[in-house]
Amino acid sequence: MSTLSTPRSGTAGADTGAGPGAGAAPARRVGASGRVRAWASRQYWPSFLYLLPAAVCYGLFVLRPLGQTAWISLFEWDGLTVGRWTGLDNYGELLGDSRILAALGHSLVFVVFYAVLPVAIGLALAGLMSRMRVRGLSFFRAVLFVPQILATVVVAVSWRWVYDIDGPLNAALRAVGLGSLTRAWLGDYATALPAVGLVGTWVMFGLCMVLFLAGVQKIPTELYESARLDGCGPVREFFTVTLPALRGEIAIALVLTVTYALRNFDLVWNTTAGGPGESTSVPSVFIYQGAFLTREVGAASALSVCLTVLVLAVTAVIMRLVRGKEG
Amino acid sequence: MHVSRRQSAIGHAILIGAACVALYPFLSVLLLALGEPGARTSGFSLPTSISFANFTEAWDRGLDAQPLLSSLLVATSVVIGTLVMAVLAGYAFAVFPFPLKGVFLVLLLAGLVMPYEATVIPLYYQLKDWGLVNTYAGLILPQIGLSLPFAIFWMRTFFVSTPAALREAASVDGASRLRTLRSVLLPMALPAIGTLATLLFLFAWNEFLLALVLVPDDASVQTAPLALSFFSGNRRNSDPGVTAAAAVLVALPVLIAYLALQRRMISGMLAGAVKE
Repeated sequence: MSTLSTPRSGTAGADTGAGPGAGAAPARRVGASGRVRAWASRQYWPSFLYLLPAAVCYGLFVLRPLGQTAWISLFEWDGLTVGRWTGLDNYGELLGDSRILAALGHSLVFVVFYAVLPVAIGLALAGLMSRMRVRGLSFFRAVLFVPQILATVVVAVSWRWVYDIDGPLNAALRAVGLGSLTRAWLGDYATALPAVGLVGTWVMFGLCMVLFLAGVQKIPTELYESARLDGCGPVREFFTVTLPALRGEIAIALVLTVTYALRNFDLVWNTTAGGPGESTSVPSVFIYQGAFLTREVGAASALSVCLTVLVLAVTAVIMRLVRGKEG
Repeated sequence: MHVSRRQSAIGHAILIGAACVALYPFLSVLLLALGEPGARTSGFSLPTSISFANFTEAWDRGLDAQPLLSSLLVATSVVIGTLVMAVLAGYAFAVFPFPLKGVFLVLLLAGLVMPYEATVIPLYYQLKDWGLVNTYAGLILPQIGLSLPFAIFWMRTFFVSTPAALREAASVDGASRLRTLRSVLLPMALPAIGTLATLLFLFAWNEFLLALVLVPDDASVQTAPLALSFFSGNRRNSDPGVTAAAAVLVALPVLIAYLALQRRMISGMLAGAVKE
């Protein structure tokens, strides 16, 4: 294995060295041979030995499949017979497929429920509790984190019971005389999407509260005092002091919640599996179904490439926004 | 002063409400599970008697020691494998100079943000070729790979924070790099490694998509979340109380661990999030 990996890194190094300045041969050659000598003089290879186990595992089980997903996405393949090269056709079909576009729309709705709502709830609480010592903070932290540590399957089973036709939600509605509203919340076309969305809100709101409360306790009180001297009301104070100070925490919360909303396989699969009909379908459900149930492996791969690009892009944009403001 | 006291009261009332909301769904499932079989404790009344019949029923119908032990084995192997690789790699990234370090770090960063959906399809076919679908190894190895970015960044951050003077002193004393790691840095790293191990265990215990794809057919290697998913999928012909009991069985080990280690888990998850 070591003979496999070290030279590979070596060639990669030579490639980057030769790539940009292939024309300027003589000077480059000295640099390259110097580099070869540095490799040979045992300067670097011990470092690569430390990296080797991780590199092999990561390469085999993450990077290689990642590349293969992109490769398979260029074929029409049923997973059994030889695939047929179709170039970018799979991607073209995705864009023209109304089911996929509907699933993307559901993902956007989930972003509101999984990301926007929890962040807004957390910020509202942080604004209210700024300048205040939170009593029992460690207790609240521990309790508010419970949704984060439960397996999503357990979360899904719990909420399926809450939303069940005989479940607590309907019982509560009947108890307050709203029996006419009772229904199987996850089985109803009108309510399934927001019902699953609220599960996501529930998973994420505690994390946001804890993040922002911790952040708001670190804001120096002088900032609030000077804001008050300037005649700021509580609302202006929130927008001029609390919100800018929490920028870092907001970015973290958004990256975590938005990517969770876009990936979102476990919760949807275990609550509604995309149903009823396709009213809660999301891209990751189509990826799983396409790859392992209906055997449209190429199209499913194309969809997962799109999903990955989307997740990476959204993360980059959020981080860029924060970094940009800091700089 | 008066206003802020009222504000504080409102804030704490909201926190208490939020805490109830955070606990309620699982508590209602717990109550349902502890009720008599067939009883549908709708959650706002405490059950009159406590019965474990739902648990024995769930146990008999397949949510028994097997999936729990599978999860334990998988999660433990993932933690140990990831830790060994991540300590070595994180040490190298933090301390040694070598070319292409930036490229490697970017590749790792991509793996940190990338959704698992991006790899599962070829992963399945690759492991099928190797005869590893429906085996423990087929579930453990990819999970190690996917845990590595987080773990390596975690360990790298720790090793970067160790004083360079300490490492230099060790090397002046004639310690090799491996010796420095083993005798000087590892003892210092134990708390960081402990927190990392706790988080990795939690993630591995709860992992669902990989288990669904990579061990779909063999009940004897299925992990607890996967078994629960299949179990509750058949709930049309089963009692909600039994499904609830199955869910409690899957959640209980993690909840017990959480009671003991919550401080470490929370600070770890927050710190991990900040690093991302």
